Amino acid sequence: MKLLIKNGHVVDPANHVDGVCDILIEHERIAKVGSAIKVDAHTVIDATGKIVIPGIVDMHVHLREPGREDKETVSSGTKAALHGGVTSMLAMANTLQTIDCPEAVRLLRQIIEKTAYANVYITAAITKGRMGEHITDIARLKKEGAIALSDDGASVDADNIMLEALKKAKKAKMLVLCHSEDKRLSAGGVMNAGFTSTKLGLRGISKESEYKRVQRDIDLAASIDACVHITHVSCKESVEIVAQAKKKGIRVTADTAPHYFSLSEEAVSGYDTNTKMNPPLRGKDDMLAIQQALRDGTIDAIASDHAPHTENEKEIEFDRAEFGVIGLETELSVSLALVHAGALTLSELIAKLTRNPAKILGIPKGTLSVGADADVAVFSKDREWLVEKKVFFSKSKNSAFLGKTLKGLVEYTFVKGKRVYPYAE
Amino acid sequence: MKWKRKDLLGLEDLSREEIELILETARSFKEVSKREIKKVPALRGKTLVNLFYEPSTRTRISFELAAKRLSLDVINIATETSSVRKGETLIDTGKNIEALRVDIIVMRHSSSGAAAILSRHVRASVVNAGDGWHEHPTQALLDMFTLKEKLGKIEGLHVSIVGDISHSRVARSNIWGLTKLGAQVTVCAPKILIPLAIEQAGVRVTYDLDDALRNADAVNVLRMQFERDEVGAFPKQLEYFKNYGITQERLAKAKKNILVMHPGPINRGIEISSDVADGPHSVILEQVTNGIAVRMAVLFLVAQANEYIKR
Repeated sequence: MKLLIKNGHVVDPANHVDGVCDILIEHERIAKVGSAIKVDAHTVIDATGKIVIPGIVDMHVHLREPGREDKETVSSGTKAALHGGVTSMLAMANTLQTIDCPEAVRLLRQIIEKTAYANVYITAAITKGRMGEHITDIARLKKEGAIALSDDGASVDADNIMLEALKKAKKAKMLVLCHSEDKRLSAGGVMNAGFTSTKLGLRGISKESEYKRVQRDIDLAASIDACVHITHVSCKESVEIVAQAKKKGIRVTADTAPHYFSLSEEAVSGYDTNTKMNPPLRGKDDMLAIQQALRDGTIDAIASDHAPHTENEKEIEFDRAEFGVIGLETELSVSLALVHAGALTLSELIAKLTRNPAKILGIPKGTLSVGADADVAVFSKDREWLVEKKVFFSKSKNSAFLGKTLKGLVEYTFVKGKRVYPYAE
Repeated sequence: MKWKRKDLLGLEDLSREEIELILETARSFKEVSKREIKKVPALRGKTLVNLFYEPSTRTRISFELAAKRLSLDVINIATETSSVRKGETLIDTGKNIEALRVDIIVMRHSSSGAAAILSRHVRASVVNAGDGWHEHPTQALLDMFTLKEKLGKIEGLHVSIVGDISHSRVARSNIWGLTKLGAQVTVCAPKILIPLAIEQAGVRVTYDLDDALRNADAVNVLRMQFERDEVGAFPKQLEYFKNYGITQERLAKAKKNILVMHPGPINRGIEISSDVADGPHSVILEQVTNGIAVRMAVLFLVAQANEYIKR
């Protein structure tokens, strides 16, 4: 079975492709990328005027299953992903029952095999129950199918335990993703500490609670020459610390989420709980520093931190509402604003959504190389759409961009050569 | 100038003209309070609910009296007796109250922003009677009303607010209202009780009480809420009184006619000495009296502007 995507503007940073050409897909894989491919294809997709990219690799997603199927499932979350052009994602370990033992990894793997519409990779916890006390059986978790480690939602407070975990992860050749937050400094806070929190009378979360822990995590990794990844970088100081470390040759990588480079703390005015996440939206100068860090390469990847919550958990008082927003279905469009504004080239942006996260995770994704799995997204760069609850495939609707008009619409998504989005009516 | 808002959530969003309109309207309602018959039929047949998620006596009673003097029917709901304890959400409670055909909801809540959230989900008018650390607009309005009545104007006045600014909705509402009306505002407290970046609101910050009192035409003394001190970081009570308590000795160094205000309830010997509270500078009880006129004005204006109520 042959499928030809014709005449699209192909952007594949992994292969330095950035121009109009055709893509031939055969036996679930990329068979050829070139101009005016002449072939008798079973299906031809006309992508004239559209952008064709490797399917997006989102390295920070909460799918909530097993345990909180009312918020999201592997099925609904991956369906949402495809709507956003995301074909591969890394599921975080903070499900109701932490993914911290081989049985939990196996169960999740089975759910994924049975119900996922896209590729889901598994993160296991660094410590049991993400309590920061007892390190998990890292080698066995890997054997069972976990590809990365994170206590996301929490940070391992004790330096000696974190160091030990980094050593074990290094030995097992697994990446550790750090949710860098010192909860002793952020406790009780619900938004960034600053003039806006003062005005709103809300308890602040200082930037120190993030960047001091970023520094600690990097220092520990550097001391044993291990790789470490800082996830959801939100402030200027963290960016500076990561940049310094990279300069010194420390093997650190970092991601940020679209809301950190498109919104600032001022969005919280009005107490919209869909602007409440952790880390919180920071100041305007932080937002600009994140944009700059994407430009200069300090931040390698963009990840959604897709965090679904039910309306019951969000449509309440601000200080009582859950932290987190959904993002799989808006991340491409929100990120494209950087291209429209001239802050990044299209190719630079797509690298941060595809090749870079795949490389960091060591997975054979995020590329249109011949022989690679044919995971492809096709989108219109300039088509606008209104973000409304009804457009989401996610079970949850807690988007920070509700009511906004975004530019850039996913038209088709392919996984292993099969057109999986749009869905049949 | 015509009032157009269905709710009163805070003073930050209001224009100078809107604040002046409330104060002007309050002046005519104060006249009503001096009559033998203190009641006007302005809102007869309408209903007001006092929805109080935090204990309060003076604010609730003040709203209740203000409502009754406008001929509103009043229902009081306190969390102890409501289904809130059974886990009903704020929005559900609001919608249930609205289903009872209530016209105005006056709400006190411990969460900042609660009034704003409620107002988005009900057609009834919402009047914020204090939300968390955020705002307590009617308190600031009655403070300003008292200042204007006593000193003839607000423009150009020097007003100092002393006490726990960080956790105070009264301070925030006063800062917005006073600065909009052209007063020079100074906030004074130990550093730990000054909120981050408050200078950006256009106020002067000082940690020295004498400095705060030196040029002040009025000092608004906040209640010290030691119960908020979870980690023992606040100064101790005696130490606080020594450094920040308003006493006769301190006032001797201030302007001769300085006004002393307090939103109540006062802690004698903690933030204010008894002789000051009961002395010639104090307008604390006049504030209480003025609270009714100001709240009548607010209820009257929001009801007038709400098509749902006029239906």
